[in-house]
Amino acid sequence: MSSNANLMSGNPRPAPVAVEEASRPASSRIRQILKQMRKSKFALPGGAIVLIFIILAILAPWIAPHDPYANDLMAMLLPPSAEHPFGTDELGRDILSRVLVGARLSLVEGLFSVSLAMLIGVPTGMISGYVGGRTDTVIMRIIDVMLAFPGVLLAIVIVSILGPSLVNAMIAVAIYTVPIFARLARGSTLSVKEEPYIEACQSAGMRHSRILLRHIFPNIASTLWVMAALRVALAILTASSLSFLGLGAQAPSPEWGAMLAAGRNYMLVAPHVVIFPGGAIVLLVLGINLFQDGLRLALDPKMAER
Amino acid sequence: MNQTQSPTLPIQEAESPILSVRNLTTSFRSDDVWKPVVRNLSFDVPPRKTVAIVGESGSGKSVTSLSIMRLLPKRSSYIEGQINLGGQDLHTLSDDEMRRVRGRDVSMIFQEPMTSLNPIFPIGKQIAEALTVHKPLSRSEARAEVIRLLDKVRIPNAASRFDEYPHQFSGGMRQRVMIAMALASKPKLLIADEPTTALDVTIQGQILDLIKTLQDEDGMSVLFITHDMGVVAEIADECIVMFRGEAVEMGPTENIFLRGKHPYTRALLSAVPKLGSMTGRSLPLRFPIVDVLTGDMQPQRDVIDTVAQTKSPVLSVKNLTARFDIHSGIFSRKTAAVHAVENISFDLFEGETLSIVGESGCGKSTTGRSVTRLIEPVKGSIVIDGHDVMALNRPALRRMRRSIQMVFQDPFASLNPRMAIGTAVMEPYLEHGLGSRRQAQEKAADLLEKVGLKADMMRRFAHEFSGGQRQRIAVARALMLDPKVIVADEAVSALDVSIKAQVCNLLLDLQQSLNLAYLFISHDMAVVERISHRVAVMYLGEIVEVGPRAAVFENPQHPYTRKLMSAVPIPDPSRRTLKRELSVDELRSPIRSLKYVPPVREYREISTGHLVLLN
Repeated sequence: MSSNANLMSGNPRPAPVAVEEASRPASSRIRQILKQMRKSKFALPGGAIVLIFIILAILAPWIAPHDPYANDLMAMLLPPSAEHPFGTDELGRDILSRVLVGARLSLVEGLFSVSLAMLIGVPTGMISGYVGGRTDTVIMRIIDVMLAFPGVLLAIVIVSILGPSLVNAMIAVAIYTVPIFARLARGSTLSVKEEPYIEACQSAGMRHSRILLRHIFPNIASTLWVMAALRVALAILTASSLSFLGLGAQAPSPEWGAMLAAGRNYMLVAPHVVIFPGGAIVLLVLGINLFQDGLRLALDPKMAER
Repeated sequence: MNQTQSPTLPIQEAESPILSVRNLTTSFRSDDVWKPVVRNLSFDVPPRKTVAIVGESGSGKSVTSLSIMRLLPKRSSYIEGQINLGGQDLHTLSDDEMRRVRGRDVSMIFQEPMTSLNPIFPIGKQIAEALTVHKPLSRSEARAEVIRLLDKVRIPNAASRFDEYPHQFSGGMRQRVMIAMALASKPKLLIADEPTTALDVTIQGQILDLIKTLQDEDGMSVLFITHDMGVVAEIADECIVMFRGEAVEMGPTENIFLRGKHPYTRALLSAVPKLGSMTGRSLPLRFPIVDVLTGDMQPQRDVIDTVAQTKSPVLSVKNLTARFDIHSGIFSRKTAAVHAVENISFDLFEGETLSIVGESGCGKSTTGRSVTRLIEPVKGSIVIDGHDVMALNRPALRRMRRSIQMVFQDPFASLNPRMAIGTAVMEPYLEHGLGSRRQAQEKAADLLEKVGLKADMMRRFAHEFSGGQRQRIAVARALMLDPKVIVADEAVSALDVSIKAQVCNLLLDLQQSLNLAYLFISHDMAVVERISHRVAVMYLGEIVEVGPRAAVFENPQHPYTRKLMSAVPIPDPSRRTLKRELSVDELRSPIRSLKYVPPVREYREISTGHLVLLN
């Protein structure tokens, strides 16, 4: 940004005095991010929701009141009570226990598929943007083809090929998320590549691998993290949808989407069968999205100035 | 009013001032604390006079102008004091009334002519819009008025350029368009915020002449904001020196220049390079440094001759040519080429500074990048320290880059913002496997001390340093590999005058102690005169004149060299009434068709080593 643009927006240039500050350990960086996030009203509540889900998921086997897989044909479709706070399902299983254990599955779905997508997409995109020319054209046309399919449809095709299971559903979600990270990484790399400090590295005779890893990646990482948070929420939704369609997690597994699918036949007589797993999905996705919005504000230096 | 703290200009007796500012204090909010950026500033702008506010970055000069225009964001800024324009206190006006004052009574022009115009509208329309905002006009009336304005700012063939878009204009022409727009409603006051800083020196001269002429014709007052003492001397009747938000001195320009009292004024003036101050010297000269607080001048040590012309040159360039292809059409076929560098040759010896000067687009930066093969030259031979650069494969090229290092223009962009500076300085050394981490650390600490920083700053990040300090870090980083040659591409151009002087002195010191050779690429003739041994003047990709510094500056032979030198503003207010009478022209473009065959060039030797291109 030119200094003029800076002036026009009224931000004074920093005084030409170096800040007297010895060093900035990682903890202060995190404190700084938290401080910025407080400016977005919903970021911290969002983060709190996500944190609660993570704690519950970790502690699930110890805090679940019942065995999530234990059938009790005497207690089918019971409404919420002191014994079963969320009621029981069509096989008499405790829904609270199943939702708690299901939180593990959902978080794993989100994190695993997004990590896999980033692992493939980010290096592809960065290389594509950094090398340019014919390599870039070829990689980007492949990505374009992948983007041409509607997301869920592509995932369904992949699962049909691999066979329905939770792991395959996660792989499918990862594959259809790859192009998003590839494009984002490529675009950010293209702009960072033109920065003078990259040219300075080249003139110092550094290897391309080092320039990519040490100089370009840290400067595009914040954009990627924000996108990752957003995609985790979407991945949870998509994986649940696949499970709902019977393409993901299979029968006894307490996956929220699968629970919805099994409960939908009893929705009219026992609405709690779908309300609690459905509500859990909504709450977790909402929490992640609110958190993501605050993260975007905190990591974007331009927004931070305000 | 507090006379002791803030000096005021003597009140004009006969006429009341156009603009009168009293006790202006502007504060910005940062982290919920209000910090004053401009403190208790009072001054007048008399009718038909030019008042310059001069200062370095962070002095509050631009904030002053934005405060007058009330263009600062409301939530994060706070303005106190009176701003009286033609009998009206601008501070008390409603937003709507203030909007009508802008453009009608006060207009403003900005630094970046490249971004101040909207790229999707023809320039005629944009000026017409500025006209009709304040005065209802029919289309044909507006058009006639716009053409009159374009004529007034001396844009050739004004009528035919009405429908052209901003990208069809050069920087200087765009600044003329901006001025035409600012003059649309005959304002009483024109605020010019660094209007010539982004322009080439010959174009700057034209724009300064234009502002003077327009002032004679229309009798408006000008508030001119700049960091360049040369420009101040040339244009301002009165001058206000600002330092860290306060006016430290104000008065008629001659008084400030000849009898400046405040130590900061003296420090600023002594740091300004003056073209022609080196007459009779053959070696470079350090800048005198004046202490900002006491006004004492530090003695400048003499430099010793470091040039080793007897040995073979450390960098030798023969017939270097670099071109960029232009593709167009559906099949993006090659249709033309930018002849950025055309058949240039030069030698650089150990301990020598060879400066390449010229205006934007002359190929000086391309030359620097071609020498290190950051750009692949089309042909030519480059020999650095015994390596034939053009013949090297990739790994060998990486090794060669140890002998030649670059320092770039923008100290804010040339350091990775996410890396501690110690790591950044050590990195090239470790990457080339020259030693252990511990050795790298010792060497980096040593070099940081050498460039005037402290070794314990290694864990800080780039944004914690000022521009001058960052440029020192960039120099330390370049030195980490013990290079023979440093290519300094506009390395001091973005720095404030006093910092510029210090960094130039640092470069001279390092040359003295390490026998470095510099390829110093710059557009600033005055700096070049100070620090070079030899100078090459480039124009449209070719060297038009090259020779020992004294020969080129004292006896310039090529018409372009003369034009360049006459355009440099001289910080001497007695030359204020002079106009250069430069013809209104634009820089020529080095884009050639594919059939173009570069003519064979011959050089005439004026004196030993002083060559001039024959036409």
